[in-house]
Amino acid sequence: MAKVKIASTWLECCSGCHMSLLDLDEKLVELLSKIEFDASPITDIKEFHPVDVGIVEGSVGNEEQLEVLKKIRENSKILIALGDCACFGGIPAMRNFFKKEDVLKRVYIETESTVNPKKTIPHVDVPELFPAVKPIDQFVKVDVYIPGCPPDPRAIEYALKELLEGRIPVIPTELLSYE
Amino acid sequence: MAQKLEIFPVTRVEGHGKVTIYLNDAGEVEKTYFHVTQVRGFEKFCEGRVFWEMPVITQRACGICPVSHHLASAKATDKLLGVEIPPTAKKLRELMHMGQIVQSHSLHFFHLASPDLLFGMDADPKIRNVVGVVEKHPDLALRGVKLRKYGQEVIKILGGKRIHPRFAIPGGVSKGLSVEERDSLLKDIDWVISELKDTVKLIRNLAEEWGDKFRNFASFPSLYMGLVDEKGNLDLYHGKIRLCDYRGKIIDEFSEDNYLEKIGEWVEPWSYMKFPFYKDFGYPEGSYRVGPLGRINCCDDISTPLAKEELKIFRDMIGSRVAEGSLFYHYARMIEALHAAEKLKELLEDPDITGTELRAVSRDFNPEGVGVLEAPRGTLIHHYKINESGEIIKANLIVATVNNNNAMNKAVELVAKEYIKGPDVKEGFLNMVEVAIRCYDPCLSCATHALGKMPLEILIYDSEGNGLRKLVRDL
Ligand code: SF4
Repeated sequence: MAKVKIASTWLECCSGCHMSLLDLDEKLVELLSKIEFDASPITDIKEFHPVDVGIVEGSVGNEEQLEVLKKIRENSKILIALGDCACFGGIPAMRNFFKKEDVLKRVYIETESTVNPKKTIPHVDVPELFPAVKPIDQFVKVDVYIPGCPPDPRAIEYALKELLEGRIPVIPTELLSYE
Repeated sequence: MAQKLEIFPVTRVEGHGKVTIYLNDAGEVEKTYFHVTQVRGFEKFCEGRVFWEMPVITQRACGICPVSHHLASAKATDKLLGVEIPPTAKKLRELMHMGQIVQSHSLHFFHLASPDLLFGMDADPKIRNVVGVVEKHPDLALRGVKLRKYGQEVIKILGGKRIHPRFAIPGGVSKGLSVEERDSLLKDIDWVISELKDTVKLIRNLAEEWGDKFRNFASFPSLYMGLVDEKGNLDLYHGKIRLCDYRGKIIDEFSEDNYLEKIGEWVEPWSYMKFPFYKDFGYPEGSYRVGPLGRINCCDDISTPLAKEELKIFRDMIGSRVAEGSLFYHYARMIEALHAAEKLKELLEDPDITGTELRAVSRDFNPEGVGVLEAPRGTLIHHYKINESGEIIKANLIVATVNNNNAMNKAVELVAKEYIKGPDVKEGFLNMVEVAIRCYDPCLSCATHALGKMPLEILIYDSEGNGLRKLVRDL
């Protein structure tokens, strides 16, 4: 049987959801006989190709992240929103309580340790921020949600195994966490 | 003639980044930039939260070493309460931190960096990843998985979950360690120590085999920074901040409470990541390196026996007090992992560790508090100011990876200048640029706590700033 192809990416996030995937430990090693990673932060494949399953960690806070999200969506038959950030916006969305200009001003001009005589705010070759951080389903269709900050590795395992069996996973309540 | 070449994203680093390379008319590398393309804004959006939420919120800066933020934040909140925490609480926090060092250093070495070291920097990208390691060196891959698992289990036993645990609270910790839990951790510790000992040997052998290629890769003089204890020994959890120069001469030692007098952060228009520097020397001369090599270069010695022995071998091998080649980060990283495992054992065998006095009581607030520790990737500082009701009015973070910003730029420049001649660059050479960045184990999720994240992209422009060709690394 051909291996199931998986692509994954991280947007505005902390990488914790991908770490939770690695927290499957030996089970992930076993799963590698059935799945194959295409573009992903852990491989050196940079471009998305058509895959069976796309996994997205993180919310969307700038143009670049939106482009990446659209690319993985276009290439994935099934798209998973992994973790609270992707599902609901998560901690990054705490910045929505503030104006983006105020956030940038605080970070690059006002912070106590910053030395910035010209009051430079980064703007060359860096993507502009959106005024607000939003969950991924505000931009693309999501097929499976796995909440949690991060989701329990067992929830990720359950979802992957269901997908391998050709079913769309419905995560059992005891494996879900909302934080 | 204008060319443009892109690698996007930089893989096998934690987070998002991009490299831009400018060529002159002769096709030689003139200037390089390592940009970080994301910023999140923790310094702003923590305003208005109550201080006791900070250890839980700020650890969401990073899912790779959340415990570092969790604990540095808790240390800052202890200062807000004006308390010394009980010995048991202190040792339990340190225990969790050592679990963190073991898991994070193992993750970096086995899952992210080892493919370049085992297969070669220009190996086929199809196998040059952790899955390739699983296929070609299953024993080694499994060792990495199990070492990381052990570190993560230490964190889980104390904090309830492996990533983003809830454990440290202002003034102490929320839970003690039972005798059964301690025994279950003690059961495997000797195995962990011996596997890490073998891993240090592995990287040492590679360094010897590669010889000058290892030694000279992205090598440059700089300042180094790291915490040391009162005897000048490596200390990953508390101590004074030491800065030394490229000969190992101590330039300064100071407490975290004085960090604002000593450290500044420069801003460049082309990166969301700031550029810390030692204020007395100015920017960029005062740029310094942190993380495993920064700490190994700074410390006089290591207190635990096996790591101590290895430090001696390390210094004999490089023939000086300070190692400058970026690849030595990997060697230093595994010496530290070994030290952390030895320290874990020491702490687990300490009778205090199963104590039940877990929290200090305070009746008053201080308006300001600074916490520092050595995160796996380097010195991490949290600084909070609060009002009378305990709400955060100002938060400032200097995270580990940010301290290495200038160093990563320098490493990229050196490698690009040495290996990239003209726009027609092979994939393997481009990977070398990434290898240089990977030495620093950059955690761009953390680094962009301010606002963003980092895919790595390499762009090459001609001298007029025109870009022509896009070369995406692809299979
Ligand atoms: S959901 Fe939690 S663990 Fe996952 S990226 Fe967001 S903050 Fe990190």
